[in-house]
Amino acid sequence: MVTQALPGSQARRMQTINGTRPPGLGIRGLKGIVLLICCALVVVPFIAVVATSLADQRQITEAGGYVLWPHHPTLAAYQAIFRGGVVTRALLVSVGITAVGAALSVTVVALLAYSLSRPGTWGQRSVLMLILFTMLFNAGIIPNYLLIKQLGLVDSYWSLILPTLVSAFQVIIMRAFFLEVPTEIIDAARIDGANELQILTRIMLPVSKAVIAVVALFNAVAYWNAFFNAVLYINSSEKWPLQLVLRTYVVNNAAVGGDLPGEVLPPQHSLQMAILVVSLVPICLVYPFLQRHFAKGVVVGAVKG
Amino acid sequence: MMSALDTRAAGRRSPGTPPATHPEPRAARRQSSWQRFKRDRFLLLLGLPGVLAVLLFHYIPLIGDIIAFKDYRPYLTIWESAWTGLSNFGVIFNGDPAFLNALKNTLIISLLQIVLVFPVPIGLALLLNSLLGERIKRFVQSILYLPHFMSWVIVVALFQQMLGNAGVYNTWAGSHGLPTLHIIGNTHLFYVLITSQVIWKDAGWSTIIFLAAISRVDLELLEAVAVDGGGRLRQLWHVTLPAIRSVIVLLLILKLGDVLTVGFEQIFLQQAPVGQQASEVLDTYVYNHGIVDGDWGAAAAVGLVKGLVGAALVLTANKVAHLFGERGVYASW
Repeated sequence: MVTQALPGSQARRMQTINGTRPPGLGIRGLKGIVLLICCALVVVPFIAVVATSLADQRQITEAGGYVLWPHHPTLAAYQAIFRGGVVTRALLVSVGITAVGAALSVTVVALLAYSLSRPGTWGQRSVLMLILFTMLFNAGIIPNYLLIKQLGLVDSYWSLILPTLVSAFQVIIMRAFFLEVPTEIIDAARIDGANELQILTRIMLPVSKAVIAVVALFNAVAYWNAFFNAVLYINSSEKWPLQLVLRTYVVNNAAVGGDLPGEVLPPQHSLQMAILVVSLVPICLVYPFLQRHFAKGVVVGAVKG
Repeated sequence: MMSALDTRAAGRRSPGTPPATHPEPRAARRQSSWQRFKRDRFLLLLGLPGVLAVLLFHYIPLIGDIIAFKDYRPYLTIWESAWTGLSNFGVIFNGDPAFLNALKNTLIISLLQIVLVFPVPIGLALLLNSLLGERIKRFVQSILYLPHFMSWVIVVALFQQMLGNAGVYNTWAGSHGLPTLHIIGNTHLFYVLITSQVIWKDAGWSTIIFLAAISRVDLELLEAVAVDGGGRLRQLWHVTLPAIRSVIVLLLILKLGDVLTVGFEQIFLQQAPVGQQASEVLDTYVYNHGIVDGDWGAAAAVGLVKGLVGAALVLTANKVAHLFGERGVYASW
């Protein structure tokens, strides 16, 4: 949608751009350099992190801490952190929370959005107002913390999943999508004798696979990245998700590998960078999908009117 | 973000369009509330888990806000704690220095974000739009959008690794005899650090909304400018910028409505090395004073007032957007 070529104008754009001559070499070169710098600012940190996580002790020492290209790539750092210490555990916790949270969240949100998308449902406007209001006013950290404490969820994985289960924004987006499904189809199905459950499972869900996948991924990224709820609610370090481990060992620079069995550990730096890589790789894996669909979703939601 | 929230467009019929089709629209109107409740019971059941989650995690905490008026002690329940009237709000109205400092930092960081961060995606979007090759454009976009999906922990970690005192840049600069940087952990440059992190993370992603607006610019108008002898700068000034002005105004107003909230996780992660004087903002104040120091009542009071003022600002901003002829977020309010 963003980059969509406009039919008909494409040919004209090739010779003249909207009627003006193409910019000179100097201007084009300048633009190229600016964009190259922007891209480098984004990409270089990732390269340095990945390269350092793969580099061996000697090269890291020689380079003074970081390398941009490993001469003798080694997976020693990854083998060390996956040997069953705190990082392995945190990774499992994060994967679990992400999977359960995203699945649960998209289910609840989709059902709520669906029930709010059928015209004339009892209490629909009140519920919509109830949901919209949550975007306007938040009780704040203290009452939220007290609630979790009262519910006995402190130090429970559920404290990382339940509070962010329903996002008003997602309900609104999904509801808008369901509303776009032509009512004729639904009415036809009803005339053919379908009940509400069949309408949902046979018509609504199949046509909205894409939006459900997008919302599920959106939530997966959010759960994977969530950090502060774990600071608030999780006390025991063996229940830490990956983001907390990342903060402790990389941001706060605690020594990695104290709990690891064994001989000589790879350099601290490689271990830290390996933790960083492990926490950002899943995002990079789903990124192509995210980029395509999120960009579309944001735009459709944002500037359609 | 805007039209999606327009409850009227979706929920209620707008006057011009025919009524939403319902199996028996007339009968439905005559049905009593109880009959409609019974008729819709299956749909209501589907929505129930979501409604319960919203009530439990967004509305029950509102009750918890009463501890702002109490002397809450963790070993007592909320109900058992003694009422203290408005004394918890003293930190705000009597101007507790720590609170004022948090307010000052919040407002300065917000202002910096409006002045320095806000224009970046606009410029970037114009630059991207002016690229000739679609492929290059898409490639650059896919690189620039990536940081948006990284958690703040990752962003902060990356910044430390790059710009830290023993980071990539300083290591490289040191070995090449160039001046080294001391940004991380430097109290004087904390605002600069925070601002540049926000730009790094979100400037690319924020171009989407502007690119979409630019893509709807009328090509005929652009060509008309060219026919009249205007160059690209004139096209930009007289056609493109006016065309995206409404989006710019709208986003700017929304940003103004949000001035009391600045990246909580981002700042929380970086408080330790620079100290609270330089880094405390309202949200971290609430956390540090309430949950860390145990001054629950005062922290809840600050949180409550912040929430109320924030909501008032958003609604005001929304009204202002309407005055500017924009639709605003809460179009039906």
